[in-house]
Amino acid sequence: MRTPNDLELVHLTKRYGDTVAVRDVNHVFTNGSYVCLLGPSGCGKSTTLRMIAGHESVSEGSILLDGTDISRLPPAQRGTAMMFQSYALFPHLSVRDNVAFSLKMKGIDKAARYKSADEMLALVDMGHLAERLPAQLSGGQQQRVALARALVTKPSVLLLDEPLSALDPFLRIRVRGELKRLQRELGISFIHVTHGQDEALALADEVVVMNNAVIEQAGSARDVFGAPRTEFVARFMGGHNVIDLNGGRYALRADDVKLAEGGHAATVSVVEYQGDRVAVTSKLGETEVLALVPEADFYANPKNPGDAVGLAWDEGRLHRLLA
Amino acid sequence: MSETLTDTPASAPQAARPPKPPGSLGRNLLGWLQAAPLTLVLLAFLVAPIVMIVIVSFWRATEFSIIPDFSFENYEFLFGSQVTWRVFMATFKYALITWAFTLSIGFTVAYFLAFHIRSQTMQIALFLLCTIPFWTSNIIRMISWIPFLGRNGIANQTLQNWGLIDQPLEWLLYSDFSVILAFVHLYTLFMVVPIFNTMMRIDKSLIEAAYDNGASGFQTLLHVIIPLTKPGIMIGTIFVVTLVMGDFITVRFMSGSQKANVGRLISNDIALLQYPSAAATAVVLLCTVLIVIGILLRFVNIRKEL
Repeated sequence: MRTPNDLELVHLTKRYGDTVAVRDVNHVFTNGSYVCLLGPSGCGKSTTLRMIAGHESVSEGSILLDGTDISRLPPAQRGTAMMFQSYALFPHLSVRDNVAFSLKMKGIDKAARYKSADEMLALVDMGHLAERLPAQLSGGQQQRVALARALVTKPSVLLLDEPLSALDPFLRIRVRGELKRLQRELGISFIHVTHGQDEALALADEVVVMNNAVIEQAGSARDVFGAPRTEFVARFMGGHNVIDLNGGRYALRADDVKLAEGGHAATVSVVEYQGDRVAVTSKLGETEVLALVPEADFYANPKNPGDAVGLAWDEGRLHRLLA
Repeated sequence: MSETLTDTPASAPQAARPPKPPGSLGRNLLGWLQAAPLTLVLLAFLVAPIVMIVIVSFWRATEFSIIPDFSFENYEFLFGSQVTWRVFMATFKYALITWAFTLSIGFTVAYFLAFHIRSQTMQIALFLLCTIPFWTSNIIRMISWIPFLGRNGIANQTLQNWGLIDQPLEWLLYSDFSVILAFVHLYTLFMVVPIFNTMMRIDKSLIEAAYDNGASGFQTLLHVIIPLTKPGIMIGTIFVVTLVMGDFITVRFMSGSQKANVGRLISNDIALLQYPSAAATAVVLLCTVLIVIGILLRFVNIRKEL
């Protein structure tokens, strides 16, 4: 399982006075994987990332990269590089100088650093705009420059702090495709912080869901979505119902709920057309149950809010929650 | 029928260019009216006095009369005199040294306030603390240096008590030292404010990004903070340079009338009722300062800050 260049968090804790932002987190990030740290705001995901990057001091525990404790090293000596949420490009430097910045700090001569910078810019397809200033670029272009600037240091782990949040929805989908492609080409680990579960599902080899300063669940995107361990994960990933049955609490995927005569009797409360399917929310006693019904099936027997409806599901699709 | 037919082509071109004729004149007029009050104020209180000074600078004067005329006499005398050149050089010297000190102190203070004080309340409190000396008049602040720096002043007595010196230091008061000390004291805040203002606009993540890219604290200062603070530095520089070059009272008080700058040249002429000569000196000084600012603006674009 373990490979060189794995990044390991050991009993990692961050305190601000009395509040704990990250509580005793243990996790191994496998080398060369795309990992998404997913969670609501304030769950500790950004703090974890910033501790790995070295922009936040570690209160307790350690961070191991390739077996060495890097938690006390300055950011540039860790073998990590960070891409900031707002990209943090230097507004007074050209694109090329931005990318070459870290090499300049190391004292590498101009010709050599421009050569490396141009290679990186070519990698992100920005070579033709190397002379521009950041303010003359679009959001997507700035994002690529920021990526090139982070990659020019040849990190073994790239840390991305909500890299897509500043982009419009269409661009976001295109850029996330590019991120994934780049990660595969470079073969290094990407750790990507996000609060969008669709982003995490689309990108991640491994999804790490955080809540209240701890990791709630970690696993492949399919495992986490298909088998949420806790109620929080089920609700946060979306597309799940949480139902109390026979004294236990179960998660049930919304697309596994069918509208059928003779099922559990419920009353429709909201009907939402979503294009390829229809989201029907019904009241089953006190619980609200969401059913995602294929569009054609729904319109074969349409329902309106207030109508009685039968809800049916395959018992085998119920998934027991641990908390 | 024929009525409507002839009507149509007549109304068509009118409809084709509707936004132009009446509306635009009205809007232009409104624009001019809105700009008029400030224009009039500037004309009356800025342009007119300067024009007046320029006109008077070509007049002639004797010991007891002023003769409206067009003569280059004042300028010929001004540029022909060794005193003028020396006094201008002294003025430049004061401006340059004061600039160097106010910049280094002002930059340090602003840097401390902007990057080392985390809480905004504390930033504002410390900033107000910097302004406290400005609650009293310039003259009071200048004069209060005199008992401190004098031959038997606090500074000399303390140094003697500590045994650091045997004789009182003569150069503490009524010297270039005291003049520049007063200038720095008076004008450092004019450097702090614009630099602090620019620094507060620097995105803190840029500092982090520099750190992430392996820059040391000094490299961050050199390659990120100073370049991004240039407009503020330039605005502060313009304040300090114009204030020092136009000053006459500080030089008179702090040098005990032993040193001169251009401002004092003008003030002496006025005291002797040599208005045309004073006006000519003022015109030359104005041009000099404008040239200096022109040169400064070639280096840095401050428009973003305004």
